[in-house]
Amino acid sequence: MGAKTVTDESFTSDVLQREKPVLVDFWAEWCGPCRQVSPILEEIAGEHADKIEIVKLNVDENPRTAADYGVVSIPTLNVYQGGEIVKSIVGAKPKAMLLRDLADFI
Amino acid sequence: MSDVRNVIIIGSGPAGYTAAIYAARASLNPLVFEGSVTAGGALMNTTDVENYPGFPEGVMGPDLMEQLRSQAERFGAELVTDDVTSVDLTGEIKVVVDGSGAEHRAYAVIIATGSGYRELGLPGEKRLSGRGVSWCATCDGFFFRDQDIVVVGGGDTALEEATFLTRFARSVTVVHRRDSLRASKIMQERAFANDKIRFLWDSEVVDVHGDPKVDGVTVRNVVTGTETHLDVTGLFVAIGHDPRSELFAGQVRRDDEGYVLVHAPSTRTNLIGVFACGDVVDHTYRQAVTAAGTGCAAALDAERYLAALEDALLTQDPVQVAQAGVL
Repeated sequence: MGAKTVTDESFTSDVLQREKPVLVDFWAEWCGPCRQVSPILEEIAGEHADKIEIVKLNVDENPRTAADYGVVSIPTLNVYQGGEIVKSIVGAKPKAMLLRDLADFI
Repeated sequence: MSDVRNVIIIGSGPAGYTAAIYAARASLNPLVFEGSVTAGGALMNTTDVENYPGFPEGVMGPDLMEQLRSQAERFGAELVTDDVTSVDLTGEIKVVVDGSGAEHRAYAVIIATGSGYRELGLPGEKRLSGRGVSWCATCDGFFFRDQDIVVVGGGDTALEEATFLTRFARSVTVVHRRDSLRASKIMQERAFANDKIRFLWDSEVVDVHGDPKVDGVTVRNVVTGTETHLDVTGLFVAIGHDPRSELFAGQVRRDDEGYVLVHAPSTRTNLIGVFACGDVVDHTYRQAVTAAGTGCAAALDAERYLAALEDALLTQDPVQVAQAGVL
């Protein structure tokens, strides 16, 4: 089971208007580090499903959202809460570091 | 001691996975620490690999690594996406501690930790990392469509990145501190023929500006001392790599630059039962295929060592026990 996919069109309803914090994984097929970090995110999503939602946004197919949020490096992991960015993590990191970065939300 | 494994492999580039394929096919049930975010190694940050034999049309770096990985898995290698945080390799039984603190023990260890990219060491570099400063053109080039960017370096990686970035960028300026390139002929010719690439020779980037994103760099000519400001939004750093061998400091013998020393042409280190392969030992070639080659050698060396060790333990002959270490 992979993480839910969001798009330019669904971003408002799937991310900005959610009650729970949503982590958006900005990624692309051609990005090696994105492939490295995605299984870690799946694990975190499984372990903390009650606290945080984790979704993926393909920047190739959805350049508008990536540009709106000034993403210039992937993977970028942005956490949104109440329609605002509350945390931005750039680059693939080990699970322990990600968990520390996300400690406020899980 | 049933919980002592035959062999643990640390690292998961072409060297680590090839060692895993060979060790697994030899029924050694290798345990491979792939690294938590480094799995696949340096090739995960590349696009087309054109010089790996057997792929006439080229192959995407991450695809190649996934294929090596599944080949290792097919023969029973146990792959763990975790880091090794400490080791004790000096005894006959080697101890490897993973990111969760769990201890793993083995008679042989293969070091294949590769190398990490070098940083420029500029004040703003860390702050602007991921905000215009990048080490991965294939990951980030896409975001610099019609923009002006700088690539630092003069080797194959730098020119490969510069050439790749012209797909997106309006202009790419290669800043190199010498007046000639280290890169291979084919990469040089390709870069020189590209209208979007220009070169700033004898120059280095001394500062990177911008908040929250890169909006320029300062370049100094190392001969004249003249400083120039370049309005660029991207700074791609490709000034080489350093071996990732810190973990083994004080146990495994290394040279002044940190490369693990081996008794070439074998992959034996100074420690009995510890072998090393790939970029962490290689000053000279540093290719995917040479890493795979030495990964294979390390697995064969480890296999012979384990066989000799088993014989020695069966016979309890101290001379044989001692010799097991020098095979």
